[in-house]
Amino acid sequence: MRSHRPYTPWLLTAPALLWLAVFSLWPALNTSVLSFTNVHTLSGGSFIGLRNYSLMWQDPHLRDAILNTLVFMAVCVPLLTILPLLLALLVQRTLPFMGFFRTVFYFPVIASAVVVAMIWQWLLDDRGLVNGLARQAGLIHSALPFLTDRWLLLFSAIALTVWKGLGYYMVLYLSALGNVRRELHEAAAVDGAGAVRRFRSVTVPGVRGTMALVAMLVAVNAMRVFAELYVLGGRTGGIGGQDVSLVMLIQQAASGADGRLGYASALSVLLFLLTVGPLLLLARWNRRED
Amino acid sequence: MPREAGRRRSPVFDAVTPLGLTARYLTLLVVLAITVGPMLWELSTSLKSAAEDVYTATPRLLPAHPTTAAYDQVSRTVPIARFALNSLIVAVFCVGGNLAGATAAGYALARLEFRGRRLVLGLFLATLVLPGEVTVISQYQTVARLGFSDSLVGVALPSMIGALNVLLMRNAFLAIPVELEDAAVLDGANVWQRLRYLGLPSVKGTLSVIAILTFIGAWDDFLWPLLVLQSPDKLTLTVGLSYLHSVFSADPRTMAAGTMIALIPVLVLFTALQRFFFRGVGEGAVKG
Repeated sequence: MRSHRPYTPWLLTAPALLWLAVFSLWPALNTSVLSFTNVHTLSGGSFIGLRNYSLMWQDPHLRDAILNTLVFMAVCVPLLTILPLLLALLVQRTLPFMGFFRTVFYFPVIASAVVVAMIWQWLLDDRGLVNGLARQAGLIHSALPFLTDRWLLLFSAIALTVWKGLGYYMVLYLSALGNVRRELHEAAAVDGAGAVRRFRSVTVPGVRGTMALVAMLVAVNAMRVFAELYVLGGRTGGIGGQDVSLVMLIQQAASGADGRLGYASALSVLLFLLTVGPLLLLARWNRRED
Repeated sequence: MPREAGRRRSPVFDAVTPLGLTARYLTLLVVLAITVGPMLWELSTSLKSAAEDVYTATPRLLPAHPTTAAYDQVSRTVPIARFALNSLIVAVFCVGGNLAGATAAGYALARLEFRGRRLVLGLFLATLVLPGEVTVISQYQTVARLGFSDSLVGVALPSMIGALNVLLMRNAFLAIPVELEDAAVLDGANVWQRLRYLGLPSVKGTLSVIAILTFIGAWDDFLWPLLVLQSPDKLTLTVGLSYLHSVFSADPRTMAAGTMIALIPVLVLFTALQRFFFRGVGEGAVKG
């Protein structure tokens, strides 16, 4: 017997498919086409072949952006793969107040990156809390230029990203840890394995898949950084304009009265090529887990 | 939850030593200070009076004379209530659209046989590898051509049905035993009745996770509204704040008050709903 009319599934999927087509598939195609044109916000433009791409390699800002992204990834991937796992282990047990800690550790995740960046900007101000406390403790004599120095600004943005990401990845680990068999821990404990040993030979193998997932997510997210650097660096990427990210360059190229949409699209294609590798690995791994 | 602790306790592994417990809670308190410290400092700054030196060399967490003067100052400087309302409108549209659209599509993909189902599913999966930042430029062109640039509709529209949410809903519906569904079909229940009385009650966890995350995502979003909006009365909170920031960055108290107005509503919302969130996450609503 029929469980439904033939058109019912299409009726149900139609809105989602329409959105997918208009706001994902078409923009994806259109972006690649635009990347070969010199279209501006106000003017049609024409095809210019690979000019945008050759222009890109002479763009000193792009070189800065890629260097910054690499530094971001090099610091964030190890920190955000390991610290949230330790945090998840701390709050995983059913002890008093654990629900409270879990909820509060998730607060930075819920906060907008803009809000967080503004909070940190005030903390890291020349006359802000961090410099004030460090000076009082006698660690420094003059304020550290967290928000103006090319590298300190980048590392401030990285610290902010790690701070904001801890809770998010902690929750991913929590749901993975729920599946690690408790008996393994108990057996190991009976055999006299200490906490560190149990962590290495029971916990880590049990969540290895999630660790790979987290590492790749962190890497991809490092390439998508925008608001953190945009706000901390005062919209321009710091005083010398060197603290930019790829997404910032896309935004900069496209904004203004007559934005360079063609060039911004070429940068978008580059961003896609950089992120798609890890994401495909991730999708494949996800399917295998299912 | 002491009740659960009692039930699950095993003598060997759960023999908690006082030393171990102390170390655990001390570590947790340190992490707590690091996570909420910056937010508390911002809150404290926003409540300090103009007479109190916020730059003082010996920082004081508690304001000497707490006042909401900075909050009045923000609303005199920019239409912050309007910004908040705009953010709320966008967030509500996104939540509504995603709950309806993702439920419908997710149910069809999980529970209805039809030709082309695998292809449709593949399309939704494929867009997951497409970061939103890659398509913003072209998306902006599309929204502008539809006549929605510089409007709240334009901000909300593209994220009203997310591919990830469709897949999450599909997963949730897949978890319902097929036998139940078959029995309902035999009883003559139509698709709508099966979705309404069999499907929806079983996927509340995933629905609440989608609602919470969509609301927060829309409220916090920055890059997209920054591209779409220009008129000062249409800005959402995040864009409005960055504007406030670039024009009036002089007074830290005012800035702090502005950030608190953007931060507190989502924190309250999340705290009120965290039970559903963590339960939904436990059911596997968040996976990759």
